[in-house]
Amino acid sequence: MAESIFGIHEQALKIRTQRAELLANNLANADTPNFKAKDLDFRKALQDASGQLNSNDQMKMAKTNSGHIEGDAFSSTSRYLMYRQSTQPSLDGNTVETHIEKAQFMENAMQQQATLEFINGKISGIRGALRGE
Amino acid sequence: MSMFKILDISATGMHAQTVRLNTIASNMANADSVSSNKDETYKSKQPVFQTILEGSMNEPSGGVRVKEIVESQAPSIMEYNPNHPMADEKGYIYKPNVNVVEEMANMMSASRSYETNIEVMNTSKQLLLRTIQLGK
Repeated sequence: MAESIFGIHEQALKIRTQRAELLANNLANADTPNFKAKDLDFRKALQDASGQLNSNDQMKMAKTNSGHIEGDAFSSTSRYLMYRQSTQPSLDGNTVETHIEKAQFMENAMQQQATLEFINGKISGIRGALRGE
Repeated sequence: MSMFKILDISATGMHAQTVRLNTIASNMANADSVSSNKDETYKSKQPVFQTILEGSMNEPSGGVRVKEIVESQAPSIMEYNPNHPMADEKGYIYKPNVNVVEEMANMMSASRSYETNIEVMNTSKQLLLRTIQLGK
Protein backbone atom coordinates (compact mmCIF):
# COMPACT_ATOMS: atom_id res chain seq x y z
CA MET A 1 0.00 0.00 0.00
CA ALA A 2 2.60 2.50 1.12
CA GLU A 3 4.74 1.64 -1.89
CA SER A 4 1.99 2.43 -4.34
CA ILE A 5 1.29 5.73 -2.62
CA PHE A 6 4.83 7.02 -2.59
CA GLY A 7 5.92 5.29 -5.77
CA ILE A 8 9.56 5.67 -6.63
CA HIS A 9 10.19 8.22 -3.89
CA GLU A 10 10.44 5.67 -1.10
CA GLN A 11 13.22 3.81 -2.94
CA ALA A 12 14.83 7.10 -3.90
CA LEU A 13 14.92 8.22 -0.25
CA LYS A 14 16.57 4.96 0.80
CA ILE A 15 19.25 5.21 -1.85
CA ARG A 16 19.79 8.92 -1.15
CA THR A 17 20.34 8.17 2.55
CA GLN A 18 22.88 5.48 1.74
CA ARG A 19 24.66 7.77 -0.69
CA ALA A 20 24.80 10.51 1.95
CA GLU A 21 26.33 7.95 4.33
CA LEU A 22 29.00 7.06 1.78
CA LEU A 23 29.87 10.67 1.08
CA ALA A 24 30.00 11.45 4.82
CA ASN A 25 32.37 8.52 5.18
CA ASN A 26 34.56 9.89 2.39
CA LEU A 27 34.69 13.27 4.10
CA ALA A 28 35.46 11.76 7.50
CA ASN A 29 38.35 9.86 5.93
CA ALA A 30 39.78 12.88 4.12
CA ASP A 31 43.06 12.46 6.04
CA THR A 32 43.30 8.67 6.17
CA PRO A 33 46.28 7.28 4.25
CA ASN A 34 45.40 4.91 1.39
CA PHE A 35 41.68 5.52 1.74
CA LYS A 36 39.84 5.27 -1.58
CA ALA A 37 36.79 7.47 -2.03
CA LYS A 38 33.62 5.62 -2.97
CA ASP A 39 30.33 6.61 -4.50
CA LEU A 40 27.34 4.73 -5.82
CA ASP A 41 25.71 4.75 -9.21
CA PHE A 42 22.42 6.36 -8.24
CA ARG A 43 20.80 6.04 -11.64
CA LYS A 44 21.46 2.30 -11.85
CA ALA A 45 20.45 1.69 -8.24
CA LEU A 46 17.16 3.54 -8.67
CA GLN A 47 16.49 1.92 -12.02
CA ASP A 48 16.89 -1.54 -10.53
CA ALA A 49 14.90 -0.57 -7.45
CA SER A 50 12.02 0.71 -9.59
CA GLY A 51 12.20 -2.46 -11.69
CA GLN A 52 11.79 -4.46 -8.52
CA LEU A 53 8.94 -2.23 -7.55
CA ASN A 54 7.02 -3.05 -10.70
CA SER A 55 7.52 -6.81 -10.68
CA ASN A 56 6.70 -7.38 -7.05
CA ASP A 57 8.01 -10.94 -6.73
CA GLN A 58 11.64 -9.92 -7.22
CA MET A 59 11.73 -8.21 -3.86
CA LYS A 60 10.42 -11.25 -2.01
CA MET A 61 12.77 -13.45 -0.06
CA ALA A 62 13.30 -16.96 -1.31
CA LYS A 63 11.29 -19.54 0.64
CA THR A 64 12.68 -23.04 0.85
CA ASN A 65 10.19 -24.26 3.44
CA SER A 66 6.46 -23.70 3.76
CA GLY A 67 7.00 -22.66 7.37
CA HIS A 68 9.12 -19.66 6.40
CA ILE A 69 7.68 -16.26 7.00
CA GLU A 70 7.05 -14.02 4.03
CA GLY A 71 9.58 -11.18 3.86
CA ASP A 72 10.89 -8.44 1.64
CA ALA A 73 14.58 -8.47 0.89
CA PHE A 74 16.11 -5.14 1.71
CA SER A 75 17.60 -3.62 -1.39
CA SER A 76 21.26 -3.14 -0.59
CA THR A 77 23.20 -0.64 -2.64
CA SER A 78 26.56 -2.37 -2.17
CA ARG A 79 26.33 -3.70 -5.73
CA TYR A 80 26.43 -0.19 -7.13
CA LEU A 81 29.53 0.90 -5.22
CA MET A 82 32.31 2.33 -7.31
CA TYR A 83 35.61 3.98 -6.58
CA ARG A 84 35.95 7.60 -7.40
CA GLN A 85 38.50 8.48 -10.06
CA SER A 86 40.67 11.17 -8.52
CA THR A 87 41.74 14.13 -10.62
CA GLN A 88 45.01 14.65 -8.77
CA PRO A 89 47.10 11.89 -7.24
CA SER A 90 48.23 12.35 -3.65
CA LEU A 91 51.36 11.04 -1.97
CA ASP A 92 49.58 9.04 0.74
CA GLY A 93 47.30 7.16 -1.67
CA ASN A 94 44.17 8.92 -0.44
CA THR A 95 41.73 9.71 -3.25
CA VAL A 96 39.33 11.94 -1.32
CA GLU A 97 39.06 15.39 -2.86
CA THR A 98 37.20 17.36 -0.24
CA HIS A 99 35.76 19.98 -2.56
CA ILE A 100 34.29 17.38 -4.89
CA GLU A 101 32.90 15.31 -2.04
CA LYS A 102 31.39 18.41 -0.45
CA ALA A 103 29.73 19.40 -3.71
CA GLN A 104 28.37 15.88 -4.16
CA PHE A 105 27.11 15.80 -0.58
CA MET A 106 25.32 19.13 -1.03
CA GLU A 107 23.79 17.98 -4.30
CA ASN A 108 22.63 14.77 -2.69
CA ALA A 109 21.18 16.68 0.28
CA MET A 110 19.22 18.97 -2.04
CA GLN A 111 17.85 16.05 -3.99
CA GLN A 112 16.95 14.28 -0.78
CA GLN A 113 15.08 17.38 0.30
CA ALA A 114 13.24 17.39 -3.02
CA THR A 115 12.28 13.76 -2.48
CA LEU A 116 11.02 14.58 1.02
CA GLU A 117 9.03 17.43 -0.49
CA PHE A 118 7.42 15.06 -2.97
CA ILE A 119 6.48 12.61 -0.21
CA ASN A 120 5.11 15.44 1.87
CA GLY A 121 2.99 16.56 -1.08
CA LYS A 122 1.62 13.05 -1.48
CA ILE A 123 0.77 12.86 2.21
CA SER A 124 -1.02 16.17 2.27
CA GLY A 125 -2.87 15.20 -0.89
CA ILE A 126 -4.09 11.99 0.69
CA ARG A 127 -4.96 13.80 3.89
CA GLY A 128 -6.99 16.29 1.92
CA ALA A 129 -8.81 13.48 0.15
CA LEU A 130 -9.57 11.75 3.47
CA ARG A 131 -10.98 14.90 4.96
CA GLY A 132 -12.99 15.62 1.87
CA GLU A 133 -11.43 19.03 1.43
CA MET B 1 20.21 0.62 7.98
CA SER B 2 19.92 3.51 10.30
CA MET B 3 19.25 7.06 9.21
CA PHE B 4 21.35 8.31 12.08
CA LYS B 5 24.51 6.56 10.94
CA ILE B 6 25.78 9.67 9.18
CA LEU B 7 25.92 11.45 12.53
CA ASP B 8 28.03 8.59 13.94
CA ILE B 9 30.38 8.69 10.96
CA SER B 10 30.90 12.43 11.24
CA ALA B 11 31.37 12.11 15.00
CA THR B 12 34.22 9.64 14.49
CA GLY B 13 35.75 12.08 12.02
CA MET B 14 35.49 14.90 14.53
CA HIS B 15 36.99 12.75 17.26
CA ALA B 16 39.94 11.75 15.09
CA GLN B 17 40.61 15.38 14.21
CA THR B 18 40.42 16.31 17.91
CA VAL B 19 43.10 13.73 18.70
CA ARG B 20 45.17 15.20 15.89
CA LEU B 21 44.72 18.71 17.31
CA ASN B 22 45.71 17.40 20.73
CA THR B 23 48.96 15.91 19.49
CA ILE B 24 49.69 19.14 17.58
CA ALA B 25 49.10 21.13 20.78
CA SER B 26 51.44 18.78 22.64
CA ASN B 27 54.11 19.14 19.94
CA MET B 28 53.83 22.91 19.88
CA ALA B 29 53.89 23.20 23.67
CA ASN B 30 57.05 21.10 23.80
CA ALA B 31 58.78 22.74 20.85
CA ASP B 32 61.25 24.47 23.18
CA SER B 33 61.73 21.87 25.89
CA VAL B 34 65.47 21.21 25.70
CA SER B 35 67.36 18.44 27.44
CA SER B 36 70.94 17.30 27.87
CA ASN B 37 70.29 13.79 26.60
CA LYS B 38 69.27 12.54 23.17
CA ASP B 39 66.88 9.94 24.58
CA GLU B 40 65.11 12.23 26.99
CA THR B 41 64.32 14.82 24.36
CA TYR B 42 60.67 15.18 23.40
CA LYS B 43 59.78 13.49 20.11
CA SER B 44 57.18 14.88 17.73
CA LYS B 45 53.98 12.78 17.89
CA GLN B 46 51.69 12.13 14.93
CA PRO B 47 48.40 10.21 14.88
CA VAL B 48 47.82 7.54 12.22
CA PHE B 49 44.28 7.38 10.90
CA GLN B 50 42.49 4.23 9.81
CA THR B 51 39.11 3.57 8.21
CA ILE B 52 36.60 1.63 10.30
CA LEU B 53 35.53 -1.44 8.36
CA GLU B 54 32.86 -3.07 10.45
CA GLY B 55 30.09 -3.50 7.89
CA SER B 56 29.57 -6.91 6.41
CA MET B 57 29.52 -7.44 2.66
CA ASN B 58 31.37 -4.24 1.79
CA GLU B 59 28.49 -2.14 2.97
CA PRO B 60 29.13 1.50 3.64
CA SER B 61 30.45 1.50 7.14
CA GLY B 62 31.50 3.92 9.56
CA GLY B 63 34.07 6.57 9.74
CA VAL B 64 37.63 6.86 10.88
CA ARG B 65 39.61 6.09 14.00
CA VAL B 66 43.07 6.80 15.32
CA LYS B 67 45.02 3.58 14.87
CA GLU B 68 48.05 4.67 16.84
CA ILE B 69 50.15 7.66 17.70
CA VAL B 70 53.67 7.36 16.33
CA GLU B 71 56.75 9.29 17.35
CA SER B 72 58.77 10.96 14.66
CA GLN B 73 62.02 9.17 13.85
CA ALA B 74 63.76 12.36 12.82
CA PRO B 75 66.90 13.02 14.91
CA SER B 76 66.71 15.56 17.72
CA ILE B 77 68.31 18.87 16.92
CA MET B 78 71.77 19.22 18.48
CA GLU B 79 72.87 22.68 19.37
CA TYR B 80 76.26 23.75 20.65
CA ASN B 81 75.55 25.95 23.64
CA PRO B 82 78.11 25.35 26.40
CA ASN B 83 76.71 28.15 28.58
CA HIS B 84 73.29 26.56 28.77
CA PRO B 85 72.56 25.02 32.20
CA MET B 86 71.27 21.85 30.50
CA ALA B 87 74.33 21.39 28.30
CA ASP B 88 76.10 17.99 28.44
CA GLU B 89 79.83 17.57 29.08
CA LYS B 90 80.62 18.33 25.43
CA GLY B 91 78.59 21.51 25.55
CA TYR B 92 75.58 20.35 23.52
CA ILE B 93 71.87 20.70 24.24
CA TYR B 94 69.20 18.67 22.46
CA LYS B 95 66.05 20.25 21.03
CA PRO B 96 62.89 18.31 20.03
CA ASN B 97 62.44 17.35 16.37
CA VAL B 98 59.25 19.43 16.20
CA ASN B 99 58.84 21.39 13.00
CA VAL B 100 56.65 24.32 14.05
CA VAL B 101 55.76 25.34 10.48
CA GLU B 102 54.68 21.78 9.68
CA GLU B 103 52.61 21.67 12.85
CA MET B 104 50.86 24.92 11.96
CA ALA B 105 49.95 23.59 8.51
CA ASN B 106 48.73 20.38 10.16
CA MET B 107 46.63 22.37 12.60
CA MET B 108 44.91 24.27 9.80
CA SER B 109 44.22 21.05 7.94
CA ALA B 110 42.79 19.44 11.09
CA SER B 111 40.51 22.35 11.92
CA ARG B 112 39.21 22.52 8.33
CA SER B 113 38.46 18.79 8.38
CA TYR B 114 36.69 19.24 11.71
CA GLU B 115 34.58 22.01 10.18
CA THR B 116 33.71 19.81 7.20
CA ASN B 117 32.43 17.10 9.53
CA ILE B 118 30.34 19.64 11.41
CA GLU B 119 28.81 20.85 8.14
CA VAL B 120 27.94 17.30 7.14
CA MET B 121 26.32 16.82 10.54
CA ASN B 122 24.32 20.03 10.24
CA THR B 123 23.01 19.19 6.79
CA SER B 124 22.12 15.65 7.86
CA LYS B 125 20.38 16.97 10.95
CA GLN B 126 18.17 19.25 8.87
CA LEU B 127 17.29 16.41 6.53
CA LEU B 128 16.51 14.09 9.45
CA LEU B 129 14.29 16.75 11.04
CA ARG B 130 12.42 17.14 7.77
CA THR B 131 12.01 13.37 7.56
CA ILE B 132 10.68 13.21 11.09
CA GLN B 133 8.21 15.97 10.31
CA LEU B 134 6.89 14.26 7.18
CA GLY B 135 3.14 14.67 6.87
CA LYS B 136 2.80 17.31 9.56
